[in-house]
Amino acid sequence: MNNEKKLYGIAATFKTPDEIIKAAKTTSSAGYISFDINTPYPVHGMDGAMKLKPSKLGFVTLIMGLTGASIALLLMFYTMSIEYPIVIGGKPFFALPAFIPITFELTVLLATLSTVGTMIALFFRLPDNKHPLHDTEYMKSVSNDKFGLVIESEDEKFNETEVLNFLKKLNPLTTELVYFPQEEAYPILQPKFLLFLISVAIVVSGGTYFSLNKLLIITPFNWMMDQEKVIPQKPSDIFADGRGMQLPVNGTVARGFIPYPYAGQTNPVEVLANPTLPTKENLELGKAKFFTYCSPCHGYFADGDSRLRGQFPNPPTLHSKRAKDFSDGMIYHIITNGQNVMPSYSSQITRDERWAIVNYVRVLQRAKNASDQDLIDMNKEAGSNVAN
Amino acid sequence: MSQTDFHYQKKELPANLSKLGILLFVVGAALSLTAFFVDQERAIFNYLVTYMMIVSIGLGSLFLIALEYIAGADWSTPIRRIPEFFAMLLPVLLVLVVPILIFNHDLFHWAHKEALADDKILQGKAPYLNESFFYIRTFVFIGLWSLFFFVLTKNSRKQDETKDQSLTKKNIRFSAIFIIVFALSLTFTAIDFMMSLEPHWFSTIYGVYYFAGTVVAALAAITIAVVKLKEKGYFGTWMTNDHLFSLGALLFAFINFWAYIAFSQFMLIWYADLPEETFWFLTRWNGGWMFISLLLIVVHFLVPYFALLTQPSKMNPKRLKFIAVWLLFAHLLDIFWLVMPNMGTMKNGYVFSWIDLVFPIAGLGLVIFVFTFAAKKANLIPIGDPKIKRGIDFHL
Repeated sequence: MNNEKKLYGIAATFKTPDEIIKAAKTTSSAGYISFDINTPYPVHGMDGAMKLKPSKLGFVTLIMGLTGASIALLLMFYTMSIEYPIVIGGKPFFALPAFIPITFELTVLLATLSTVGTMIALFFRLPDNKHPLHDTEYMKSVSNDKFGLVIESEDEKFNETEVLNFLKKLNPLTTELVYFPQEEAYPILQPKFLLFLISVAIVVSGGTYFSLNKLLIITPFNWMMDQEKVIPQKPSDIFADGRGMQLPVNGTVARGFIPYPYAGQTNPVEVLANPTLPTKENLELGKAKFFTYCSPCHGYFADGDSRLRGQFPNPPTLHSKRAKDFSDGMIYHIITNGQNVMPSYSSQITRDERWAIVNYVRVLQRAKNASDQDLIDMNKEAGSNVAN
Repeated sequence: MSQTDFHYQKKELPANLSKLGILLFVVGAALSLTAFFVDQERAIFNYLVTYMMIVSIGLGSLFLIALEYIAGADWSTPIRRIPEFFAMLLPVLLVLVVPILIFNHDLFHWAHKEALADDKILQGKAPYLNESFFYIRTFVFIGLWSLFFFVLTKNSRKQDETKDQSLTKKNIRFSAIFIIVFALSLTFTAIDFMMSLEPHWFSTIYGVYYFAGTVVAALAAITIAVVKLKEKGYFGTWMTNDHLFSLGALLFAFINFWAYIAFSQFMLIWYADLPEETFWFLTRWNGGWMFISLLLIVVHFLVPYFALLTQPSKMNPKRLKFIAVWLLFAHLLDIFWLVMPNMGTMKNGYVFSWIDLVFPIAGLGLVIFVFTFAAKKANLIPIGDPKIKRGIDFHL
């Protein structure tokens, strides 16, 4: 007997399921409790023959099933009824019938996965994965075509010679002494296993990548994508010209859009007349839009003194003689059309806002060149006589 | 691995049982006949409920026999005679269906010519829902069921004497054909006799729904008979709790299946919320029907589910017997819930009447009588079946 090795148990193999049932009955009747049977497939009647108590695994299933049900219900209740309630299909926020399928799925998922996981963990004695029966001749034969019986050394009645004699009486094919493995005999992080893990990861991610990016665009999986319908911005066979989105008929005017007749002309011979009146509201609007769109270059007072001054070309002042001599329509034309480096603002500023800006520019120009009479008039209006 | 010695000696069922069946049937039939003169419409609707209940037990039993042959199950072989006895109800249907055909105008709205005249939907369904085609379907289906019943049981009984294994092979073939016949005929029967009571309504899952209930009812009836016979010592000591467990597990499975199908039907209609579909459920929410609808969930699913959840409970003969009786009642309630709200005067709510109680009495009497009648002629165990040894030695 090897003193360094500790005995795990004594194993015996048998040829038929009838023999193993008989062996199990004899063993349990002989008073052994810590023994196990290994067969290549489930043998009916084994639980009774081994005098096993009902498995406790069902409790794991029950608890995890209830956990799954509660997680699903509470999550849906919290997200859909409390935190972010959205009306879906006119159903109440807490729509129990709609929650039941997900609750059911999660219940089944957690219950089954945890049952299988727990079972494997118990069988393999995870996380060490060092069940002494691994890699024995015994395990190789019972996972193939033999039926095996192991009497474990932790049994109270265990005595090596007695057990050996007992097993011999059962007429086994073979008997084998099984020892506990040496330390680190079955490390879970051995290179082979790691290599296996890596290849699994590569296969899984490769398969996922392939099925999501390649497989789904191959017939017949792409049928959902290839639908006989017009897709925006895409060609289509439905129309003769091959366009999905049809061009508007010549001369079509977009809703709320009035075409500008002098677009593109640098020095228009004629321009529009100002259709608006410089009312207070109009000037407020013009001021706001001027601050937003014009002041970044021309400055808040249209002096051309914005932070862009010093660049080439300098943003021009709007108080020059040339600018003052522009008609309202010409300023409007410049905003609409752009001039030199100034781009067109026709897409950002609406027609009415442009005219309001024109009016506000006129206010600025007049304020910069106010006459004495203007000051008197203004003070009068304000109800003071400071100026004189 | 057969160590069990097995000698079968036929032991007759007590004569009292047959007498009890006749007594129940006569009393029930007399009361039913009275009911018929009191309220003809209600009586014929109740008659339909009991009729469908008998169809469930008979047809479900034949289905389970066929299933055993196809699946090659061992455990149910020793108790196969029980469903065979119950399936004897199928030829009886040929007589039982006659009142329904005679009084079909009380039952079926679509059978009225004047209703058809200004109803586009009924006109569209008329090629299927018309009286002559209905008669043809009914008799063809009952004829097919009876035919398969005779063939399957005749082969099974012949085997008792000849021990001819090729008969099992023959029966497997017949069973395979029967399963297809069964699926189609059961679906159309459910549509004809129950769904067409409300001819404007439709549900594609209706046949499966009735199928789920059918198997529950047949299994429940078989379980009651098996446990009773076991208690009275008609089966030898070979019958262990493992046999009962298999019956209990099947019952448990089909309770869940029923709930799954019932919920699927409800949820799709609830979610789509189309008036042409929802009114059927809304009718079953009017007045007292609401409580019966909710009761159905509790009686047909929740209580038996928890009662049969654990392994020991499926092995406990007493509990199994109780739950089987309970489930027979649950299936009766299920059919009642399917059929009765279609009655003109019951659409706005359930109104209790003694008439609802008398028809099942006659039905129960008939089932007991037919069972004892069938049992008289045959062995209680198919002793010639090649699988009988394995079935008797069955262990989990």
